[in-house]
Amino acid sequence: MAELTYRDAVARGIAQEMERDERVVFLGEDVAKAGGVFKATVGLYERFGPLRVRDTPISEQAILGAAMGAAMTGLRPIAEIMFADFAAVCFDYIANEFPKLRYMTNGQLGCPLVVRTGNGGGARFGAQHSQSIENWTMMIPGLKVVAPSSPLDVVGLMAAAVRDDNPVIFHEHKSLYAMKGEVPDGEIVDSLGTAKILRPGKDATILALAMMVPRALEAAEALAAQHGIDCEVIDVRSLVPLDTQTILTSVVKTGRLFTVEENPRLCGWGAEIASIAADEVFWDLDGPIVRITTPHIPLPAADHLEDLAIPNAARIAERVSRVMNGSQR
Amino acid sequence: MKGKNDDIGADKRLEMYRLQVEIRDCEKRAYDLFLQNLVKGTSHLSLGQEAIAAGVASAMQPGDLSFCTYRGHAHTLARGVPMEKVLGELMQRDNGLMRGKGGSMHLTSIEHGVMGSYAIIGAHLPIACGAAWRAQYLGKTDVSVCFFGDGTTNIGAFHEALNFAVIWKLPVIFVCENNLYMEYTPISEVTAVPHPAGDRAAAYGLDRIVIDGNDADVVYRTMQAAFTRARAGEGPSLVECLTYRHSGHSRADPAKYRPAGELEEWLKRDPVKIYRARLAEFGIAEAAIAAIEQESRRKLDLATEACKAAPMPPVELLTTDVYADGGWAWRN
Ligand SMILES: Cc1ncc(C[n+]2csc(CCOP(=O)(O)OP(=O)(O)O)c2C)c(N)n1
Ligand SMILES: [Mg+2]
Repeated sequence: MAELTYRDAVARGIAQEMERDERVVFLGEDVAKAGGVFKATVGLYERFGPLRVRDTPISEQAILGAAMGAAMTGLRPIAEIMFADFAAVCFDYIANEFPKLRYMTNGQLGCPLVVRTGNGGGARFGAQHSQSIENWTMMIPGLKVVAPSSPLDVVGLMAAAVRDDNPVIFHEHKSLYAMKGEVPDGEIVDSLGTAKILRPGKDATILALAMMVPRALEAAEALAAQHGIDCEVIDVRSLVPLDTQTILTSVVKTGRLFTVEENPRLCGWGAEIASIAADEVFWDLDGPIVRITTPHIPLPAADHLEDLAIPNAARIAERVSRVMNGSQR
Repeated sequence: MKGKNDDIGADKRLEMYRLQVEIRDCEKRAYDLFLQNLVKGTSHLSLGQEAIAAGVASAMQPGDLSFCTYRGHAHTLARGVPMEKVLGELMQRDNGLMRGKGGSMHLTSIEHGVMGSYAIIGAHLPIACGAAWRAQYLGKTDVSVCFFGDGTTNIGAFHEALNFAVIWKLPVIFVCENNLYMEYTPISEVTAVPHPAGDRAAAYGLDRIVIDGNDADVVYRTMQAAFTRARAGEGPSLVECLTYRHSGHSRADPAKYRPAGELEEWLKRDPVKIYRARLAEFGIAEAAIAAIEQESRRKLDLATEACKAAPMPPVELLTTDVYADGGWAWRN
């Protein structure tokens, strides 16, 4: 057992898979010799060499296109898009190419690759380097989408993503890179499509993803201590496939559902889950489904403004307690 | 009369003629079937551009990979995909290459090395780079060939892919079919240089290669050199083939924007006519030429009948192969 940072867990997860499978190759901007702008891939170049760990030009379309061409002909590429916001300049591959290939070719070709990207806010980078774009990727049939919240999950879900035969978008949270956590020694392989109950509780279900997970956990402790509200906190982890069983079982048990989302409000991932819950467990609900999200605004750079925008533990606790005490809002 | 035993030879020439005739016949049939409302959706014909498909495919080896565009029937047929499979897909029948799930713009047949036809302009240039990277990484000798039009040279992915292919020295050949038009706008009105691909080659340290795309021999020889270079590990080539499409951009386009007389001028340089004359020039017997033409029409009629008789794809196909497990489940 070792204590690892989230950023070191990225390198550990990739290394585990590169060690296991020669077909795994890794490419991106500044990822090899420099170890990545977030230093999440330090040491891979030295360990696996220049043929497997490759620096690219600033060509996001070439990065993702090349990853796809390699994937459909037999390699298992991992591609980095430095900031998730940059997905917009190569969105053709994410939206049109990777996810349609298998369907359009009637199963003749597949696209087993992983796109890792630095997602999310909290780093005071302003509106074009801070977005949470998980919902952009969730809406596309044919993709799988994960967003780990701990070093252990980074390693295990990275392994699962690399071994999966589908294109997987792997959202790393920029503001979690320094987070530390225990990671057992030896091979770790998790499974996509599984949510994790991190704090069992009986009064309300709180769903969270990535950086919202530690904040939801902190809020749950405050709610228990200050209001006697016992929340079940679930780390959704995987938006596609979505572990509706774990989620809905919890909602049926608690009768209350809250989502905590970093993405801007409209069409955030929680909206889809709220609609599923409303469709399928409506009669088990004891109150409104409430989404706690970043407002529908671009993110500001100034720290106190960004902190106002992105849900934090105090805001989550305040909202949950008010709604649980009978307020609609 | 030139000698029979030049570097190309009679067998190769007959093969290139056969490919051009089959593509010509099949494309014309596709148009007829469209008029009968049997080809649905859209379709983009390569009438007039057959020499490029034939010349390139004839220079390829089994195992080499083709990456095509929506204007990809010709390149798909040229790799040996049966007409029935192509027409079946155009007619969106169960006997089509992808059983009607892809349609005319996405023809794919991996057993023939046709690694897909791509309909977002430029997208497949980087993808072809990736396939070439795989060959390089695994130490294989196959080469990836990527076809695209003149209009495609003005999209970012073209430039990203060329730079990428050069710096990684990838075994990929970019074949630009310059048919003078994007959809409806002449390429000269929207491009900074006269030769949209050739004049950009220098920016990537590549040779400027601009050739007569209506002469299959020229295409074949140029491609042979490019394949030799790619297989020797010397990196990519960019080949601009000058040609002209005899029909509109897509089935909906009557091509009214073309200046009077332009089509007629190019019809004088019809690749199929040019090549028929070439065969005669090399002393190939009229009977052998006529046999190819008859056989093409016979195969085409059989394929057409088979497609007309083929069922539509079964409803179960609607949700297959979204994910690698064969299904479409996004939740448990
Ligand atoms: C990104 C993108 N923009 C626009 C289109 C619409 N479109 C389809 S074909 C075409 C013209 C392409 O011209 P060219 O590259 O010369 O190929 P050609 O059709 O002449 O073979 C356009 C603009 C598209 N499919 N993708
Ligand atoms: Mg054109």
